[in-house]
Amino acid sequence: MEAGSFTAPDGRRSVLKRPSGARLPDVILQWGVTVLSVAILLLIAYFFLKLIDESTTVFDKFGVFGFTFDNDWDVSKSVFGALPLVVGTLITSAIALAMGVPVAVATALYITELCPRRFRSPLTIVVELLAAVPSVVYGLWAFIVIVPFLKPAEQWFADTFSFIPFVGGHVAGPNYFIAGLVLAIMILPIVSAITREVMSTVPPDHKEAALALGATRWEMIRTAILPYSRAGISGAAMLGLGRAIGETIAVTIVIGNAPQIGDSLFSQGYTLAAVIANEFGEAASNPLHRSALIAAGLVLFVLTLFVNLIARFYVLRAERGSRVTRTVAPGMGQ
Amino acid sequence: MNGTDAPVLPPVSPRRRRTDRFMRGLFGGATIVAIVPLVLVIFYLVQKGLGSWSIDFFTTDPSGKFFGDPGGIKSAILGTIEMVGLATLIAVPIGIGVAIYLVEYGKRGRFAQVVRYFIDVMTGVPSIVFGLFIYITLVLAGTGGTAFAGWKGSAALALLMLPIVTRAGEVVLTLVPDELREGALALGAPRWRVIFRIVLPTALPGLITGMLLAVARAAGETAPLIFTATIVKGSSLDLNGPMNSLPAQIFSDVGQAQDRLVARAWGAALTLVLMILILTTLARVVSRRSRLA
Amino acid sequence: MTEPPETEMTDSSPSTGTGGTEPQRPEPPAGTPVRAVTAAADAKAGPAADSNARLVRLEDLRAFYGDAAAVRNVSLDFPPNEVTAIIGPSGCGKSTLVRCINRMHEEIPGARAEGKVLLDGQDLYASGVDVVAVRRAVGMVFQKPNPFPTMSIFDNVAAGPRLTGMRGGGLRERVERTLRGAGLWEEVKDRLDEPGIGLSGGQQQRLCIARTLAVEPEVILMDEPCSALDPVATLKIEELIAELRTRYTIVIVTHNMQQAGRVADSTAFMLTGEMVERGPTDKIFTNPNDQRTEDYVSGKFG
Repeated sequence: MEAGSFTAPDGRRSVLKRPSGARLPDVILQWGVTVLSVAILLLIAYFFLKLIDESTTVFDKFGVFGFTFDNDWDVSKSVFGALPLVVGTLITSAIALAMGVPVAVATALYITELCPRRFRSPLTIVVELLAAVPSVVYGLWAFIVIVPFLKPAEQWFADTFSFIPFVGGHVAGPNYFIAGLVLAIMILPIVSAITREVMSTVPPDHKEAALALGATRWEMIRTAILPYSRAGISGAAMLGLGRAIGETIAVTIVIGNAPQIGDSLFSQGYTLAAVIANEFGEAASNPLHRSALIAAGLVLFVLTLFVNLIARFYVLRAERGSRVTRTVAPGMGQ
Repeated sequence: MNGTDAPVLPPVSPRRRRTDRFMRGLFGGATIVAIVPLVLVIFYLVQKGLGSWSIDFFTTDPSGKFFGDPGGIKSAILGTIEMVGLATLIAVPIGIGVAIYLVEYGKRGRFAQVVRYFIDVMTGVPSIVFGLFIYITLVLAGTGGTAFAGWKGSAALALLMLPIVTRAGEVVLTLVPDELREGALALGAPRWRVIFRIVLPTALPGLITGMLLAVARAAGETAPLIFTATIVKGSSLDLNGPMNSLPAQIFSDVGQAQDRLVARAWGAALTLVLMILILTTLARVVSRRSRLA
Repeated sequence: MTEPPETEMTDSSPSTGTGGTEPQRPEPPAGTPVRAVTAAADAKAGPAADSNARLVRLEDLRAFYGDAAAVRNVSLDFPPNEVTAIIGPSGCGKSTLVRCINRMHEEIPGARAEGKVLLDGQDLYASGVDVVAVRRAVGMVFQKPNPFPTMSIFDNVAAGPRLTGMRGGGLRERVERTLRGAGLWEEVKDRLDEPGIGLSGGQQQRLCIARTLAVEPEVILMDEPCSALDPVATLKIEELIAELRTRYTIVIVTHNMQQAGRVADSTAFMLTGEMVERGPTDKIFTNPNDQRTEDYVSGKFG
């Protein structure tokens, strides 16, 4: 509360009024940080518009839907249909979620509910350390160590289960699966951290109620913790998905960078992010190619925005305490 | 009085006991599965990376030769330090400034909520998109005379760091109790003094932690740099020209058929991971010394 | 069965003539135990034919939070088919004591209990005793009603029996029986699929009681079950307790002395972890042996 001007009844200027110069730093600070915040907003908006602007070259040629959904990305012929990229992004992300989320949730559960207290802190630190390894190092490690190591196992799997669609056939070195696996490792820390946070908000009341009914530890988790945390876990998974979609370097090292929709889990493929990293060099001289890459970036941007929106919705719902559902809690009905 | 001969305590079905044990084992196993990659990465990093380390490794630039001596990673280390340093100088003041706006002035207002939302959006943007932003606006336009430049790489990194610093700043500043602010205001201190003399110093450890985490993140990023600063060989102190960096160097060496280049990649990777680990550990140590929450 | 002498209840005894505000209770099906209508009128009904109640005996029970002792060498009996109240000022250890009986106390990190808790002679703390089985035999109703928020009314009550594999017709029958037993059936029978937390506070607490009854325990522990409820809801729960005592052993922790006077056959008074005195309720309130008890019940402290 600044002291304002105050005029005493007899008209004398009061001693409470401050010299106008003293208010200056306050004004500068307030204006300064506000302008800063506005500037950031405008910057983001500007970048977004510029992205769209630069993409128009390729959109003019192929149409927005043509670009996004045509299955033909051929640089030599200057044909740019991004479907293989979109599909590749979705495939690798799906693999990452399928492998990463269950492990992350299980780890979160173990750390919060099941492991001995003294291990809680060290285990948390170790899982968070996974996030400290940079993307390029995961790529290096996966390329040099994992790809050759898993190839025989992958080939065996492809041969044994070749009756399942999308499995079977030749196993390429770098492929969708390896990319998905690396992504799963990379999203683990964030999904686990958020799940842990969500689970720690379960009121102890409900846990006690379940235990007092004579439930085993696992039954208590199934009755009191998991149903309550459903929304939060979904939010965590969505955030992991957002991360997986945008991951560039590790993926481009281990996916094979083949602009096609592979016919098997173990074929080479491409993603939106990888294509940008890989091809921008040669695109420097070709405006159409460059525009195509930027358009791929735009599609990527929109996709991550969308996924993150859904994630925020879920996490917000969890924070408000999503409770009432009319369905039977999973696992309680035998 | 209960006169049955039933056992006092009803037996717990062995099936339930087995399920309980099984699930515990499953979750414990999952945790081990989660840790295994980390252990493996560190193992290989140390095993393959240490071998590349030598005085020469750190003091010579990459030679660019495919055969023969590949050189060291001096320019990469220098470049990372320079670019991340500049990015920090840009991102931290701006980030803290926005945080101050959000906590001290905007609070729950409409505009502040919009700002918060945008910052939130920024945290989800892939790093390559930031690189793309800078590429379109600064590189293609050739701002500053050159296409690729270290400072442009810093700009991309700064965009990446900004939401991290702002978020952490907002959390920490909110943790400073209002009573502290009120006490200072009641003494007749102007707002700006309260912020700079009371609020910021109290929040300082948390702010430093946020900054260190942002730096650790930026140091490891490749994608924003490959089309803003690119990959070069020579050391340069000129931020207005193309500049090397550790992640970019590793990226360039990976997948080369030459063993010695791959070996250099491992050595560089070990260096980079070590740098990041030091930063993260420092951040953790600082945050523990915080007097808040 | 000890028959305490007829006593003048304290002024705040619930009126028995407020039948107009109570929901009509239908005729129970043949075979169910005869219900007590009100606490005062039929207060000391004997055990029902299919009563589960067992004797609980505490021998030298000690409970700790870390190194701090919260319960010191308490030895106490809870006779079957009786309601025993535990009273005492805040922090005297009554909640802790009761949580030792169903071994919930040890769920708190750093907490432990020593001594014996005998259920019809079987020591619940003996090695080899499965704590899950203990909790099925000794049920608990908590201070704040805590129905599972993601479950319907039906599922809440069914939660316990489902753990032991009950399903189908038998399950539905058990749910209905316990909801009737908790005096809630008429109010919810048409909306069993609705969320448990949609009920009023008093109804939620009766739901929690039904949930506890559904696992067919032998002892029911109640930790200040009415302290979060309004007087009308409290009255309903107290009537319920009067009915339940014909089939279970009931231990109720309460800080409300009038409540102890209304529902309990015996009362135990605790102070800083120790059991000061225990005896028939009206004796404790009118002519206690110990001066500290006298001071507490006359309101000099607490």
